[in-house]
Amino acid sequence: MIIDYVGVKEINGSLIVMDGVRGVSNEEIVDIRLDNGSSRQGRVVQIDGDRIVVQVFEGTRGISLTNTKTRLTGHPMEMPLSPEIIGRVLDGAGRPIDGLGDVFPVKKMNINGTPINPVSRIYPKNYINTGISSIDTLMTLIRGQKLPIFSGSGMSHNDLAVQIVRQAKISGADSTNFGVVFAAMGVQKDVAEYFRRSFEESGVLSRVVMLLNLSNDPIIERTLTPRCALTVAEYLAFELDMHILVIMTDMTSYAEALREFSSSKGEIPGRKGYPGYLYSDLASLYERAGMIKGHPGSVTQIPILTMPNDDITHPIPDLTGYITEGQIVLDRALQGQGLYPPVSVLPSLSRLMKDGIGEGYTRADHQALANQLFASYAKVIDARALASVIGEEELSPIDKKYIEFGKLFESRFVNQGFNENRSIEQSLDLGWELLSSLPRAELDRVDDAILDVFYKG
Amino acid sequence: MENNNVIYGINGPVVTVKNADCFEMMEMVHVGAQKLVGEVIGITDAFTTIQVYEETTGLKPGDPVEGTGAPMNVLLGPGILDNIFDGIERPLKAIEEQAGAFISRGAGVSPLDPDKYWNVTLKVKEGDRLEGGQIYATMPETPIIEHRLMLHPELSGVVKSVKPDGEYKLFDTVATLEDDMGELHELKLCQKWPIRTARPVKDRLTPSIPLITGQRIMDTLFPIAKGGTAAIPGGFGTGKTMNQHQLAKWCDADIIIYVGCGERGNEMSQVLEEFSELIDPKSNRPMTDRTTLIANTSNMPVAAREASIYTGITLAEYYRDMGYHVAMMADSTSRWAEALREISGRLEEMPAEEGFPAYLPSRLAEFYERGGRAEVLCDAEGSVTLIGAVSPQGSDFSEPVTQNTKRFTRVFWALDKALAYARHYPAINWIQSYSEYFNDLDPWFRENLGDDFVEYRNRISALLQEEASLMEIVKLIGSDVLPDDQKLVIETARVIRVGFLQQNAFHADDTYVPLEKQKLMMKTILHLHEKSKEIVAKEIPLSRILALGLFDKLTKMKYDIPNSKPEMFDDYLKEIDEKLAQINR
Repeated sequence: MIIDYVGVKEINGSLIVMDGVRGVSNEEIVDIRLDNGSSRQGRVVQIDGDRIVVQVFEGTRGISLTNTKTRLTGHPMEMPLSPEIIGRVLDGAGRPIDGLGDVFPVKKMNINGTPINPVSRIYPKNYINTGISSIDTLMTLIRGQKLPIFSGSGMSHNDLAVQIVRQAKISGADSTNFGVVFAAMGVQKDVAEYFRRSFEESGVLSRVVMLLNLSNDPIIERTLTPRCALTVAEYLAFELDMHILVIMTDMTSYAEALREFSSSKGEIPGRKGYPGYLYSDLASLYERAGMIKGHPGSVTQIPILTMPNDDITHPIPDLTGYITEGQIVLDRALQGQGLYPPVSVLPSLSRLMKDGIGEGYTRADHQALANQLFASYAKVIDARALASVIGEEELSPIDKKYIEFGKLFESRFVNQGFNENRSIEQSLDLGWELLSSLPRAELDRVDDAILDVFYKG
Repeated sequence: MENNNVIYGINGPVVTVKNADCFEMMEMVHVGAQKLVGEVIGITDAFTTIQVYEETTGLKPGDPVEGTGAPMNVLLGPGILDNIFDGIERPLKAIEEQAGAFISRGAGVSPLDPDKYWNVTLKVKEGDRLEGGQIYATMPETPIIEHRLMLHPELSGVVKSVKPDGEYKLFDTVATLEDDMGELHELKLCQKWPIRTARPVKDRLTPSIPLITGQRIMDTLFPIAKGGTAAIPGGFGTGKTMNQHQLAKWCDADIIIYVGCGERGNEMSQVLEEFSELIDPKSNRPMTDRTTLIANTSNMPVAAREASIYTGITLAEYYRDMGYHVAMMADSTSRWAEALREISGRLEEMPAEEGFPAYLPSRLAEFYERGGRAEVLCDAEGSVTLIGAVSPQGSDFSEPVTQNTKRFTRVFWALDKALAYARHYPAINWIQSYSEYFNDLDPWFRENLGDDFVEYRNRISALLQEEASLMEIVKLIGSDVLPDDQKLVIETARVIRVGFLQQNAFHADDTYVPLEKQKLMMKTILHLHEKSKEIVAKEIPLSRILALGLFDKLTKMKYDIPNSKPEMFDDYLKEIDEKLAQINR
């Protein structure tokens, strides 16, 4: 028997409270029909006896205490999935908006997913060649990794993401089993359009699933967007054995939506007003990357977040960094110098790279070169700090060499054309060429055996 | 008895039951038709509050809640080692076999394999009197660890019957015991223990033996004792996890309990993979033979994350009670504190600093107090060393978890972002870090490595301190203006930093360095420093000494001198003397 519950008891932000509801289960989805014929969806977030709190995805505008009829659907939020979903455009809650009709479901999956058993995971080792020197050499992207881009408003993170998608060569992936899931959360229409156009130009659009929650779309729906996107990605990767690259932009908007929802629920806030469970919540998204034993597919995540006020200690980048396996940090000063991609090398890191590079993956000297580049570039920063106090003229000869090395490193190694695709050998050789401008004794992170082969000073 | 306790309200992982009077505080309960595991965390006359250790999606008001009559406990017995559990001791391998790659809820799997046969040797005979904690049987659990079955600490009595030695399963009775009240108890291969209660010991001992880790900066400058407590705080990317892995791999404890508390799934699979491939040099067996992993990754339920730390320490205490030295790594305690905060928030408790509950310090103190070296009930000596990683928000060490952890731990290995950026690993900052165990441990160092070890260490740390203050000047005016004797300090400190403190975890020799080699490295560096100082004092320019290449040579001696050839240091000392003599003329 299906019961319609008429009216609500209380409305507060995006939440409605209803009384006298029976047989409701936690996290269940409800359909709300308004008297004017429109319908909305909501999710049960709290139960107290027969009193329930429902979060309305589309917002509560237009809802009064009496003008609704609510029906329980009996299941948690599920996403209809089928192989035909590839190439489709969906809204933030996973409903098609490209006018091609509904997705006929082969399978329905709970959008919250379930945690992967750590025993069943395969430790990711295969590297993804992005053709970008700084990333390939110093913070290598690994298949099954989650590597976010920490950026700020106005920096070229979108270009970088597009370039990665266009150039990424995943071992084991070809045009038939490679796919991209793109989740836009609170981004502007033209940014979403830029991504769509770029995917089209690079010929991958037919292999992209887009989920769009634009900046003027309902906030609560935004909290569902990454979950829907990852459900699609998991389905494609672990049911259809595809290699999926998930791009989620912008995680800051997502976290802000979460904060708005949390405060309207009256929860006790943690740091900067974000809910205390922000870490767990972000983890429930980021941890859905990886590879599973017995399945050839993989989910690799590149979340993009804009650091508020370029502050890397802000809760969103901070907690993200604790969950993800490294980060690519963009720097406004480099961007200001006209460098692209403006990757700030020192704070950037890939945790999985050490096992995915070297002999058999990239080249035997890769790790040593990366260590030395990091160490030498750190000295460049020290030398610059000193130069800003005593002037470049007064520096010791070796510090001057470092200043020179720093300039070359930024302008030739980090800097690269938007359409320039460098092979790993090119990148590594370039790294050695630059290091060779320093005296050999300064290269203290490298074994002599490797120096003998590659050092050309 | 008819069970009429049913769910009334649900809020995230917190469930309430109305009008129930049969639950005890901290009692373990089963919630809903799937029998999800939960724990009673609050009782009023109207409501009982329960935290559920699994996802609560799909629970309904009216679903049954059953008490178990016992507090949240773990099953202790053979089969713990070489295994991987989640935060409430569910075996993840068995769950994988049952449910596949994704963890489903309410998986009813016994924590330890009940069908496996163990080769048991009985150690008691009829009529023996047994006190709590004494050993009644042993068996090889893994090829290197003997599992000792101890009488439950709260029991004592006379052995009534004993089975012969042989193969038994986990729940088989191998002996019976009549306690002083005349009641008969069956002794099996396992026992239960509540995770939030510390297991008793006979006597606490001073932690006077170091835990040897083979990591130079940890062994030499900031040593930790067996039974000591240490904190490794550091922002993301500073290498907390790498340090914990290195410790778990190389420290000389008998048993390692590694708790991945709210950390990455891929990291746990890395630990699993690496440890099963790594061969322990002392026993020539895989590291997994002495290791237990507790993996509650960040996306697994938050309440179980809170429990995982207690599960880990209970397992550690159990092996300590057998007379083993146990090291427990918790990565990371901040995630555990955040789990406390999250649940506290759901209970609408009044928050203290940064939203953490006011009882955070007392919980941390309780946890670290369970570490220590002790004479255990079976008259052996055992210890639990606790090493907790801390992930301070925004790398700010003034936040509550770091500050409170600092109060209850005695070694502080502070990780430094600037060092990590320069890829100086381990990125332990030698100015901020400290160890309070010097007084307890120095007698051991003097006895086993000679008085000079302690002296070298003091001189090394004095040089580093001196360099730190000189660097303040260098940062302002450059190093060129310093007099030669101060430049020499900077040069020597550079050798110490790059050649000694920096250690390459991926280098076959450098990943673990015996204490003897650590001492000789210090000796060689200090020898060069002293000799150079004499020359500089004669107003011979430092640049001439540097041109000899000795300093560069010493920075690479960690790679050039294999661990097995300490005699090569003599050649180094000789070369230093000869080369310096040339310019000293």
